[in-house]
Amino acid sequence: MLVTLILEDGTILKGKSFGAQGTQIGEIVFNTSMAGYQEILTDPSYANQIIVMTYPEIGNYGLNDDDFEAENPRCKGFIVKNSCENESHYKSRQNISTYLKTHNIIGIEGLDTRFLTKKIREKGVMNCLITTENIDEHNVSEKIAALNSYKTNKDIVLEVSCKKACQINQNGDINLALIDYGCKKGITDSLIQRGCKITVFPADTDAEPILKGNFDALFLSNGPGDPADCTLEIATLNNLIGKIPVFGICLGYQLLSIVLGAKTYKLKYGHRGANHPVVNLLTKKVMMTSQNHGYAVDTTTLTKIMDATYKNLNDDTLEGFKSDSLKIEAVQFHPEANPGPTDAAVIFDDWTAKMREYKKLPVRKAEEMARL
Amino acid sequence: MGKDLSIKKVLVIGSGPIVIGQAAEFDYAGVQACRALKEEDIEVVLVNSNPATIMTDENIADKVYIEPLTLESLTAIIKKERPNGIIASLGGQTGLNLACELDKAGVLKEYNVRLLGTNIDSIKKAEDREMFKNLMNEIDEPIPDSEIVSTYEDAKKFAEKIGFPIIIRPAFTLGGSGGGIAKNEEEYEEIVHSGLQQSPINQVLVEKSIAGFKEVEYEVMRDSNDTCIIICNMENIDPIGIHTGDSFVVAPSQTLTNNEYQMLRTSAIKIIRALKIEGGCNVQYALDTKTNQYYVIEVNPRVSRSSALASKATGYPIAKVTTKIAIGYELSEIKNAITGKTVAAFEPALDYIVVKIPKWPFDKFATGDRMLGTKMKATGEVMAIGRTFKSSFKKAVASLEDKHTGILHYKFENLSNEELLNDLHIQDDRRIFRVSEALRRNFDVQKIREITKIDPWFINQIKDIAHLEIELEQKPLNEDLYRQAKDFGYLDEEIANISKTSIEELKNYDYPAAFRIVDTCAGEFHASTPYFYSTYGEECELSEFKKEHSANTDSTINTENIVVLGSGPIRIGQGIEFDYCSVHASMAILENGYESVMVNSNPETLSTDFDIASRLYFEPMNAENVMNIIKKEKPYGVMVQFGGQTAINLAPKLAKEGVKILGTSLDSINMVEDRKVFEKLLSELNIPQPKGRGVKSAAEALSTTKELGYPVLVRPSYVIGGRGMQVVYNDEELLTYINEALKFSGEHPVLIDQYIEGLEVELDAISDGKDVLIPGICEHIERAGVHSGDSMSIYPSRNITKNQERKLVEYAKKIAKKVQIIGLMNIQFIIKDDTVYVIEVNPRASRTVPIMSKVTGIPMTKIAINAILGKSIKSQGFGTGLHRTTGLVCVKMPVFSFQKLNRIDPALAPEMKSTGEVLGVDYSYKKALLKAFIAGGYKFGQRKQRVLVSLNDHYKKPALKIVKKLYSLGFFIMATWGTHKFLEKNGIPSKMIEKFMVEKLQKRMKEGRLSFVLNTPTLGKNSQTSGFQIRTIAEMYGIPCFTSIDTARAYLSAVKTYDKGVRLNSETITNYRKKRLFKSIFRRFKRF
Repeated sequence: MLVTLILEDGTILKGKSFGAQGTQIGEIVFNTSMAGYQEILTDPSYANQIIVMTYPEIGNYGLNDDDFEAENPRCKGFIVKNSCENESHYKSRQNISTYLKTHNIIGIEGLDTRFLTKKIREKGVMNCLITTENIDEHNVSEKIAALNSYKTNKDIVLEVSCKKACQINQNGDINLALIDYGCKKGITDSLIQRGCKITVFPADTDAEPILKGNFDALFLSNGPGDPADCTLEIATLNNLIGKIPVFGICLGYQLLSIVLGAKTYKLKYGHRGANHPVVNLLTKKVMMTSQNHGYAVDTTTLTKIMDATYKNLNDDTLEGFKSDSLKIEAVQFHPEANPGPTDAAVIFDDWTAKMREYKKLPVRKAEEMARL
Repeated sequence: MGKDLSIKKVLVIGSGPIVIGQAAEFDYAGVQACRALKEEDIEVVLVNSNPATIMTDENIADKVYIEPLTLESLTAIIKKERPNGIIASLGGQTGLNLACELDKAGVLKEYNVRLLGTNIDSIKKAEDREMFKNLMNEIDEPIPDSEIVSTYEDAKKFAEKIGFPIIIRPAFTLGGSGGGIAKNEEEYEEIVHSGLQQSPINQVLVEKSIAGFKEVEYEVMRDSNDTCIIICNMENIDPIGIHTGDSFVVAPSQTLTNNEYQMLRTSAIKIIRALKIEGGCNVQYALDTKTNQYYVIEVNPRVSRSSALASKATGYPIAKVTTKIAIGYELSEIKNAITGKTVAAFEPALDYIVVKIPKWPFDKFATGDRMLGTKMKATGEVMAIGRTFKSSFKKAVASLEDKHTGILHYKFENLSNEELLNDLHIQDDRRIFRVSEALRRNFDVQKIREITKIDPWFINQIKDIAHLEIELEQKPLNEDLYRQAKDFGYLDEEIANISKTSIEELKNYDYPAAFRIVDTCAGEFHASTPYFYSTYGEECELSEFKKEHSANTDSTINTENIVVLGSGPIRIGQGIEFDYCSVHASMAILENGYESVMVNSNPETLSTDFDIASRLYFEPMNAENVMNIIKKEKPYGVMVQFGGQTAINLAPKLAKEGVKILGTSLDSINMVEDRKVFEKLLSELNIPQPKGRGVKSAAEALSTTKELGYPVLVRPSYVIGGRGMQVVYNDEELLTYINEALKFSGEHPVLIDQYIEGLEVELDAISDGKDVLIPGICEHIERAGVHSGDSMSIYPSRNITKNQERKLVEYAKKIAKKVQIIGLMNIQFIIKDDTVYVIEVNPRASRTVPIMSKVTGIPMTKIAINAILGKSIKSQGFGTGLHRTTGLVCVKMPVFSFQKLNRIDPALAPEMKSTGEVLGVDYSYKKALLKAFIAGGYKFGQRKQRVLVSLNDHYKKPALKIVKKLYSLGFFIMATWGTHKFLEKNGIPSKMIEKFMVEKLQKRMKEGRLSFVLNTPTLGKNSQTSGFQIRTIAEMYGIPCFTSIDTARAYLSAVKTYDKGVRLNSETITNYRKKRLFKSIFRRFKRF
C-alpha cells in the first residue's frame, strides 16, 4: 500500500506503508541515531511528531520487552528507508510493522529519507501530513489546506503526562518527587538504580503536595512541545524553586530556565541523535550525548542566578545550567541515554550525591526564602 | 591544550613491505600523518623500506629515507636527524615493535626523542598477553577464561572448571599448528597431548571456546583530555572463529540493540581509558547470541586495517586525527574537515551501510589451503557503500572482480542437496556463496544458522537477494521488478541474463543511478565532501555539489574533468604500486587544470582518501558502475593506464559506449595484448622474440618442441584453476604438463614458447608518440623464468654492454612509435648471446613505476599525464631517451607471505607469488644488495651452520661455484644423494642425507640448526614431494630457502659484504641521487 507524505512547502513524496492506515498531521523531525529505534519510537517527547530515521535499515532486531521508554508510543508517524520484516534477536517479541499497526502509527518505508532530512535541515522543521488514502488532484489541495490550518496542541504535555500521582518504587534513601511531563523510563530507572524512592506527579500538579510531601528533591522530566506553552507548569514551578532542590532534564531544564528568567527559542531543526558532543564548561571534559529537543535556552538571556554548565560543541548552544544558591541544576541533553551513549550517566551520580548532601543540611528559614 | 610547540621535527615510521595482514592501509595512514604534521609546520622525516608507497615520495615528507626497518638503521637515522619525537602507531605492528625496540635499546632516551601518542607502557599492556589479562581483570572487563598449562592434569582441571568446548593453542608453534578446538574430553586429551608435544617449551594455552559468538569491533579514539569517541562499530557477518581480516564485515552493526551497542561502547571506552591510549585504537568483542554476555578478544593500541576501513566507511580521518592528538591537540580543538563547522569530537552517523569483503589469493594458488581460521589469508579487501544492506552486499561482491558478479552461488550449482548441506559448515573463502546456493534451494534459514552460526538477519538478507533472482528467472520483467532488482544492487547485465532480456530493453526503464555524499553526519549538517557512492531511485547530489564548488572556485580553472580508474583490491600481481600511479595521475590531472575524478573499490588505499581527487566515487570497478559515473560526470576522457589490469580491462567496454580513452588508444592496447598481432608487429620491426605456438594436442606439442628445442615455457592461454606457466626441459616433463593442461583448457590452446635462459631486463618508458623517455634500465638477478615481480632486480644495470643498452633503447623507441604509446609502457627483455629479445610489452603503468620514479627523480606518472594531455616530452625538461644514472644504486627484493598461506610452494616460478617488496639503496651495488636482504628480513652475523643443498639436474653444474663459495665461507654442507655424488666428484665435501628426511630436517630447522636451504625444484608441483615439504617447512620456520641459484649467489655476496664489516650508509633518497659520484663514472669506465 502506498503512503503519501505532504510537507508544508508543497513537497509530495510517496512510500510504502508498513504500519497503520489512516491520516496524520504532525511536525516532521529527523533522528540520526543508528541504533535504538525502539527507544525513539516510544519516547513521549516525540508526541505529535512524525519521525524520520536517517539510518536506513530499521527494525533489524525487532522490539523487546526491556527497551520501551513509555507504555505507548506518542509519535504520529515513523519514516524509514527500509523496514525489516524478518527481525533477528533472541529478545525480540514482535517486528516493527506489527508494533506500529497495533499502536495505530503510520509507518512509511522506501522513500528517500536523506532527501527529507536535508529538506528539514534547510527549511527547518515543518508540518507534515501522511496518509494511506489515495491522493489525487482533487483531494491534494484539501490535504494541503488541512496541513496549513494545523495547529499543534498546546496542552500536549498534559496529554502525555500521567494523570494521577503515584509512587513507583518502595525503596531508596532519597525521597524524590518527579513531575512527569512525558518522562522516559530511562530517567526513572537511572534514579532508582541510584537509590531514589520516586513519587511521580502529573504535569498539572500544584506545588503544595510536593512541598508537603517531605521530599528531599524534585526532579523535572523531559517532555514534548514548546516550553513557552507550558504556562500552568511554569506557574507551579514558580512556587517550588528555592524551597526544594530541583533537577531537570530536557523540557524540565527548559521550564526551569524560564522560571529563572531566561528565554527559550525554537531551533531550526532541533537536535535529535546520539552523537552530540557536549563540553563541561567547568572541567573542559567532552562527552557524547543523546539528544532530543526542538527548543533551546538562549545563552544571552541567562540571569545572574544562573551559571552555564554545558555547551554543545556543534553549534555552541547552551546544554546545561545551575543555580547553586537555589540548588537547581539541569541539562538539556539526556544523561539517561536510551538510546545513545551513556557517557553522561555520571550526572545522575553527581546529582544523587547532591540530593543526599542537601538532605543533611538544615531547612532554610522562611525569611531567607523570601529574599530569593 | 593545543599543539605542543616543542615538537619541531618528527620521525614517522612506515610499515615496510606489503605482506598479508599489513598492507596498503598503512601507506594511507602514513601519508595522512605526514600531511597532518606538515600542516602544522613540523619537519617530517619518514623512514620505510617499501618503495611502492606514496609515503616514500619526496613531496610527502621533508626527508624520505628508503632504508631497512631495523633497530640499527633507525638508530643511525635518529642520530643523524635528531627528531624531537617519533610516531610509531601508524606503521602497523612493524612500527610499534620498532618503537618498543628503540625504547628498550635506550635510543629514544639517548637522543632525547619522545614517543608521540600512546606511550610504551600502554602498548605493552595491550600487547602482552599476561599484562592484558591482568588489566582486564583489574577493570572488571570479561575476557575468555584461559590458562597456560604444562601437563594434561592441569589442563583437565581447567576443563572441569570451564566446560567444553575449549580451544587449545600450543605456545610458540608457528601457524597455530598442534592446536584445535575440543568438544569433549576425548578430543581434549588428544589435542592437549599433541599440543604439549609440539610446543618447544611444552606449554599450551587452554581457553574457553567462544566460537559462534558474534564478532564486533569498535574503533575508538582518545585524546589527552580523556575525551573518548567511537568512530564506528563493525559487525562481522562471520562469527568468532574466522580472523576479522578474513571475515565479511558490515558497518555499522546490524543486529545489536541499542543496549548491546552501548554496553560494548562503554566497555571500549573504559578499556581505552585504562590503557591511556592517545589516538586511534581498535577493540574486538565476542558477543553471545542468547544473552548479553560479552568478552574482550583483543585490543590493537594503534591505527589498524580496521581503522582504514572505518575511516573510509565514515569519512572520519582516523590517522590524521591520531597524528594531531599525538602532537598535543584535543579532539574538541580539531576541526571536522567534512562539515567545516563542527569539531572532530563527535561520533559519525551513517545513513548508508558499508560491506567489506576480503580478497583472497586462492584464484592464484589453486593448491592453497582455503580454510579460514585465526590466521589471516586475504591479500586485500573491497568495500562497498549502499543505502541498504542488500545493495551494499551485492556491490561488494561485484567489486571482487571475479569472473562473475551476483551472489556467486553458481560455484556450488553442481552439488546435490545433500552434498551442499554437508558442506555448509566449511569455513573457507566461499562459505557465504555456499549459503546463497542453499537459500536458492530454499534451505531453512534456521538450519543454515545452526550450521554456520551466521545471524539469521544476514541469512535472510541474502535469501531476499537469491529469491529475487528466482523471481527474475520466472516472471516476465516489468518496471516494478526491475526497480526492485536495482534497489537490491543487481547489475543490468545480471538482470538481462537472468530474465533473458537484453540490456537494450532495460534502457526502457527509467531508473537512473544517483550519487550520494558520504558526510559523517547523516545529512544533519551541510557538508560538501567530494565523496560519493551510488544508489537508485533517489536524489542525486552531484549537481548540487558541483554548483556549490564552481561558485567557490576560481573561474579560470577548467571545469572539465578526467576520470582515473583505480586498481581495485590488492592482490598478488596487482598491488599498491597501481594505487601509487592512480594517486599521481590524479594529482597531475589537477596540475593540468582539470578536475580529477577517482573511481576505486579498495578501502585500504590512499586513492580512496577523499582528499586526493576533485571527487571520489567508491564504486565497484565494473563497466556498468563506471558508466553510471561517466554519464553524470561527462568527463573529457578516462585514464585507464594507471589502474593495472583492472582498469585496462574496462577500456573496451567503455570505448564501446563512446567514452574517450585518453593516452594510448584501445587499438594500440590491442596491438600488444593480442598475441598474434603482437608477434607480427615485432617481426615487422625486426625485433627478436622467443618463438612460440599454441597447441591443442600432445602430438602437436611434441612436434612444436622438436622445432623450438628444449627448454620451453608452457602455459595455458586461458587460465583455469591457477595452473600457470612452467619451464619444461624434456618430452617427459612436457607430456606431464600438456596432458594435465589439456584436460582443463578445452577449446583454448596451450602456449609453448622457446625458453631463453638469459639475463632478464626491464624498462619503463614514457612516450608521447614521438619521443620516448626511459628513466632507467633494471636488470634481474634471477635468470629468465622467474616472474619479474618475484625477481630481485638491480638499478642501474651492471651486466649490460653499451651495445646491448643501445638496442634496448632502440627497441623501446621503435615499439612506442609503432604502437603509438601515449603515456606509460613497460617492456621486458631477455638478453642472451648478445641478442636482445622482447618478451612482453605492457601498455600501462607497471609495478616498477614507483621505484623508478624515486630512484631517478623522474616523476613518471606526472610526465605521462602531461604527455597524454598534450605536452611533449621534450618540453618537460627531463630530456628524451635513456636518462643518465647517478651515484645511487638500488636492489629491489620481493617479499612473500607464505607463512600465512598453507600448502603453497614457495619455489620461484614464472607465476608471481610475492605480496610486496623492499628496496635496498646505497652508493655501491654490494651495500645496496646487503641492505635489500636486511630490509627483506634476512638475518646476518649469525653462526654459519648447516646448509641443505639439493639441486635438480639442470642446475647442478651452474651451482657448483656457489656451493664452493658456501664451503669456503664456512658453511657445513648437507646434500641429497644426487647432489652429494655430484659434489663429491667435484671435490666438495658434503654430508649426504637420505632423500629428504623431512622430520629430521624439520627438527633441525625448529632448533635453528639450519642456516638455509638451497633447493632447485624438480617438475611436478605435487604437494607430496619431499622438496615441496622441505620448502614449506623452511618457510614456516623462517629459514631462508633459495630455489634459484642466482638468489643464493646474491645472498652469499651479501653475507660476504656483511662479514667484511662494511659500513652501510643512511641517507635520504634525494641525497643518494644527488651525489653524482665520480665512483659511478668510474664504474662505467671500468666496465668497458
